[in-house]
Amino acid sequence: MPTREIAGKVVEVDAEGFLCNPNDWTREIAEEIAREEGIEQLTDLHWKVIEFCRADFKARGESPTLRRITKESGVDTKTLYTLFPKGPAKKVARIAGLGKPTGCI
Amino acid sequence: MKRLLVLGAGTAGTIVVNKLRRALDPEEWDITIVDQSEVHHYQPGYLFIPFGIYTRNDVVKPRRDYIPPGVNMILSRIEAIEPDRNRVRLEKDNRYLSYDFLVIATGSQPRYEEVPGLIGPEWRKSIHEFYTLEGAVALARHLRSWEGGHLVLNISELPIKCPVAPLEFLFLADWYFHGQGKRSRVELTLATPLPGAFTKPRASQLLGNLLAEKNIHVVPEFAIESVDAEARKIISYDGQEISYDLLVSVAIHMGDDVIARSGLGNDTNHVPVDKHTLLSTQYPNIFALGDAADVPTSKAGSVAHFQAEIFTENFLRYIDGLEMTARFDGHANCYIESGFGKGFLIDFNYDVEPLPGRYPLPGLGPFSLLQESPINHWGKMMFRWMYWNLLLKGKELPITTHMSMAGKWQ
Ligand SMILES: Cc1cc2nc3c(=O)[nH]c(=O)nc-3n(C[C@H](O)[C@H](O)[C@H](O)COP(=O)(O)OP(=O)(O)OC[C@H]3O[C@@H](n4cnc5c(N)ncnc54)[C@H](O)[C@@H]3O)c2cc1C
Repeated sequence: MPTREIAGKVVEVDAEGFLCNPNDWTREIAEEIAREEGIEQLTDLHWKVIEFCRADFKARGESPTLRRITKESGVDTKTLYTLFPKGPAKKVARIAGLGKPTGCI
Repeated sequence: MKRLLVLGAGTAGTIVVNKLRRALDPEEWDITIVDQSEVHHYQPGYLFIPFGIYTRNDVVKPRRDYIPPGVNMILSRIEAIEPDRNRVRLEKDNRYLSYDFLVIATGSQPRYEEVPGLIGPEWRKSIHEFYTLEGAVALARHLRSWEGGHLVLNISELPIKCPVAPLEFLFLADWYFHGQGKRSRVELTLATPLPGAFTKPRASQLLGNLLAEKNIHVVPEFAIESVDAEARKIISYDGQEISYDLLVSVAIHMGDDVIARSGLGNDTNHVPVDKHTLLSTQYPNIFALGDAADVPTSKAGSVAHFQAEIFTENFLRYIDGLEMTARFDGHANCYIESGFGKGFLIDFNYDVEPLPGRYPLPGLGPFSLLQESPINHWGKMMFRWMYWNLLLKGKELPITTHMSMAGKWQ
């Protein structure tokens, strides 16, 4: 796996730039990846979703699908698309330092 | 007497009972299979119905003809699975069936009601679908007299069965309208939530090029929020709008409600299993096969077939307390119709994405992989014969269960 430096830390990433090890993640890394994804400032609502996804990953061992985030985090789909434009589930997984959601094959 | 109960007599369930009835001693094992309907559908054939290539009769046969002697077949809806009591409740006579081992093969179905605005006065008028037999037949009728205009094919959300079928639909539509001398009056668009034409990068690029060549537009990353059926447009969560004259929808698929009701499913009612053995992650005597299972590969008949082979081999060891040594590798193998009598073949698994090359199929092939050719089209047409005559009956098919790298270029 290739490595790269994000927010001053060298971490392993996959071909699509997802962190390989969720434990490498820091809030600074999240902020930098968010900027790469075109999100300048992470608001409280962004953090609510990111934290939900990290907790869910910890409990279940996989990144939640969009459907699951909507159902469980209390943030509706429409809002998720404004917070994380284009593919929210994939984008938030990358920012939260988790693997790509597998629901999409 | 030990009891094996199989829920759903579709592709996976039918293959499994055929294989296991031959392998398990009838003195020791009772095998029962339950399904709600009397007819078996060859679902891949739905694709050809809108264009008049197949009719209803080409894709349905009596289910019983495919269930071997020595297997009990019960026609009923399954109401609930009670895994803690090792029994299943049927709708018919409120009857209970108990089991020692359970195989869930209840498939996965499109849920049109999940797309707001889809089902309403325009349903089966300017809004159609082809993932059910009724839908495919209604669309055939509609297309016969359609004047032309903007045909938009929308994939609402994943998962869906056979993720190449929407592309094939567009390729066939392009061919069909050419044949009718109407192509110049028809605009074809694919609006998909994916970043490109398909789920796997190399195949996506290739299929994307082919769509462009055939003048089929792609709107990627289109996540539908609703349909405005009156104004004839679809609207995405981020406010994009696409106007249509004819909308063909492929909606998100979910497992049957019985899975949710029984507490056995994930968010889309698919059953979580070990991706190599297909054993439930919750119960040591429940397996899920085919579209019903939550595994990271395509939902396809070829997958159901490969899984059934692996499962059978493992099950014969498992019941004797031995370790399950056969491992399902995610192998999927799809013929893709590209129109004008040609087709592609793609072959991939959990780890290897579709690669170009040649697929060695003794006696029939070689079929070219990821390349368009007439022989691949014939492969798909022949597949219907193989499905009814070999595959469902659990006979040897000239295809290997594990993906082979023979003939592939990396
Ligand atoms: C348009 C289209 C094109 C396709 N093209 C291809 C292709 O080219 N290649 C390919 O490999 N695959 C293709 N497929 C996919 C393929 O048909 C399926 O993946 C395959 O049939 C899955 O088999 P299964 O046994 O898991 O489910 P199914 O064959 O769907 O069987 C499920 C069975 O369970 C029964 N059932 C469900 N719930 C209940 C209940 N509560 N009570 C009683 N019975 C119940 C149903 O009646 C059904 O008979 C296509 C599918 C479609 C729709």
